Amino acid sequence: MPFLHLNAVCKGFDSPRGRTEILKNIHLEIERGEFVAIVGYSGAGKTTLINLIAGLTHPDSGRITLNDLEISGPGPDRGLVFQNYSLLPWLSVYENVRLAVDQLFPNLSEAKKHQHVQENIARVGLTPAAHKKPGELSGGMRQRVSVARALAMDPQILLLDEPLGALDALTRATLQDEISRLWQESNKTVVLITNDVDEGIYLADRIIPLSPGPAATLGPSTLVDIPRPRNRKRLSFDPSFKRIRQQVIDFLLESNKRRPASITKKLTLPEIEPEDLSVPRPLIGGRKTPIRAREQHRETIERIDAGS
Amino acid sequence: MKQGGFKLDWLLLPCLGSIAVILLWWLSSKTWSKDLPDPLKTWNVSKEYVLEPFAKRGELDQGILRFTLLSLSLVVKGYAIALILGTPLGFCIGLSKTFSKAFDPIFQILRPVSPLAWLPLGMVLFLGAGKNTSELAAIFTVAICSMWPTVLNTAAGVRSIPQDYLNVAKVLRLSRYQTLRKVLLPAALPYMFTGFRLSLGIAWLVIVAAEMLTGRPGVGGFLWQEYNSLIYEHIILCILTIGIVGFVLDRLMSVVENRLKFA
Repeated sequence: MPFLHLNAVCKGFDSPRGRTEILKNIHLEIERGEFVAIVGYSGAGKTTLINLIAGLTHPDSGRITLNDLEISGPGPDRGLVFQNYSLLPWLSVYENVRLAVDQLFPNLSEAKKHQHVQENIARVGLTPAAHKKPGELSGGMRQRVSVARALAMDPQILLLDEPLGALDALTRATLQDEISRLWQESNKTVVLITNDVDEGIYLADRIIPLSPGPAATLGPSTLVDIPRPRNRKRLSFDPSFKRIRQQVIDFLLESNKRRPASITKKLTLPEIEPEDLSVPRPLIGGRKTPIRAREQHRETIERIDAGS
Repeated sequence: MKQGGFKLDWLLLPCLGSIAVILLWWLSSKTWSKDLPDPLKTWNVSKEYVLEPFAKRGELDQGILRFTLLSLSLVVKGYAIALILGTPLGFCIGLSKTFSKAFDPIFQILRPVSPLAWLPLGMVLFLGAGKNTSELAAIFTVAICSMWPTVLNTAAGVRSIPQDYLNVAKVLRLSRYQTLRKVLLPAALPYMFTGFRLSLGIAWLVIVAAEMLTGRPGVGGFLWQEYNSLIYEHIILCILTIGIVGFVLDRLMSVVENRLKFA
């Protein structure tokens, strides 16, 4: 049996306009120690997928097992790094990590707990900022705290839900290297959700595209056979990189074409235009509607309905 | 230069505004409302109360700060009850849809009821208390009137807690009590304090009305008594005192509130 196993997992949500299938028939097998990247469009259902593995939501059908145990709820064996950091803003960096440690290792001595927290903060290089509040940190630093918190839980598997999605390109690159380093140091199983194909290839052993929703499914898994340590600069000239990238992007583009093309959404544009204050208005009993220059000039403007 | 601008903004302008209002007051007392005491007379008649703020000459003849303290002691009692009841109530409404559906309509109906309407009910409730009836009725009125902002703001605060925080609690498998203490409470605290602050403002408004109706010694009671004894100067003294005390209370709460805000 694989370490993490998703078997025929389906998940949908009921909405007033009927049922929407988010994920359909997801099969996924991940071995211990593997780094797997799942790439897909925004809104494809990537976060739903990771929430299922994390146990925050439950599948409508199908089974998810970790280490042969069925996942029934969230637990500390799966460290989750959220897209939006999810740090508690009233706690300092240290306290955020400490909360996890206190909760998961209640039997450790005070000194051991302190040491464990400090170690994990040091692992992400945040020791100087340990007593700052998340609000005082940059996005990249906040995400590091989130990673430190997940690592401090000492999970069997790390789930990274678009961890670098909200960061600028330079910070992204730095943190990618850091995630790569942390993975190699800790030898933990990692599932990375991302919308950046290059990021997936750079970091992962295996990259799997997720077709766009609704009813998203996983595409063919591609082995990233680029030797580590990988060099970011030379990566884009690597023939394997080009091949894998092409495959994944082809799959994503191809499946996107098959998406239903009609979008039934009514677009109503707000009618906002500045009022022209230079246009004189009667002193008494003025007009209720704003005065606009074009009304003065009796211009005719044809409205073109959107979405026709 | 900058220092000068600062002084102009924070010292000179408020002074100018006050002088303008006092001028208006003086003009009114000289022109269309001859019964209104002018500012100077008001000061002369009231200065005894201000300069000996803690003097006690009789039940309804005490220094102004002594009256203020009497009023405040009732406010504190009623306000404490409002917070002790209101905060858990707000949490229940914020957390449970069922609870919210069951009680929200009745709260919305009770909320706009004037303190003047609650007071007689309070008198009825505590008729058995004999000498303490009016005090208990006043506390009851303060509590029930000032509770609503706390209830509603706490509920709003609890409802607006981002799902992310709750997910963190779930992933860490915090128990219900720990989730409440470590996540819900701190996350809702800024909202709660906004509620506390509004509640305190209302409590202070209510106590004046309650004292006027019951004739208890306090700023409101003094005001009403002096109206009946035709000493109009003291009405103005009381109004100013009520305003200043309310302002100070609000400032104090806003200091605490700002401390609690997190970026």
